[in-house]
Amino acid sequence: MAVRVQEADFDVGAELDRLTAGNRKIGGLAVFVGLVREMHVREGYHKDRVDALTLEHYPGMTEKALEDIEAEANKRWPLEATLIVHRYGRMEPGERIVLVAVGSPHREAAFEACEFLVDWLKTKAPFWKLEDTPAGEKWVGATTGDDTAAARWDKKKA
Amino acid sequence: MKVRYFAWMKRTVGVAEEQLSPPADIATVGDLVKWLRTRSPGHAEALAEGAAFGAAVDQRTATFDVKLAGAREVAFFPPFTGG
Repeated sequence: MAVRVQEADFDVGAELDRLTAGNRKIGGLAVFVGLVREMHVREGYHKDRVDALTLEHYPGMTEKALEDIEAEANKRWPLEATLIVHRYGRMEPGERIVLVAVGSPHREAAFEACEFLVDWLKTKAPFWKLEDTPAGEKWVGATTGDDTAAARWDKKKA
Repeated sequence: MKVRYFAWMKRTVGVAEEQLSPPADIATVGDLVKWLRTRSPGHAEALAEGAAFGAAVDQRTATFDVKLAGAREVAFFPPFTGG
């Protein structure tokens, strides 16, 4: 189990190699990589294309929140390895922002736990996105879609 | 105690953090919110009734009924948008 919050980019291949090294019980590794996408491309008035975003977080609480989420995944599924790497600071479209990797003897647990971790970290870890657009800076609002995605795991088990 | 603000709340309040000694009758997070609103127009706006924000006590998410006894750090922030 490992959680890292860092400003620097990460090397997905190297991270996965390190995560699985020496553990022969892992039969499946599910991986999610979140990228900064070019958002809010709208015609007309503002044309507020996003040139970059800055991710603010709450040092100290962020690590605790991610560790709690990771521990919860390990309680719910039989996992052999989990890794969450989340970046903060300024990032441009195309850059990697988050890595979630889950290793388990079988693929079902790996897929499910990976999806669970991504859903929960979006709504339970203290990160805030500030978009840098030609019209100025804009804080991103939370989406009800993310809340719904996170809440379905409450109903399943809790 | 140290009170911290994040994201847009920090700009609305005007400071990222402040060291405060609330009166003895401020027992819960909700009490603290009401008391903070009286400190400045920025506080009142950021912590307005009906505004979407959450809180943490000593770096753990906390609801407004959580007691402040012994708390060293209380934080207020908008809904999370990471990932």
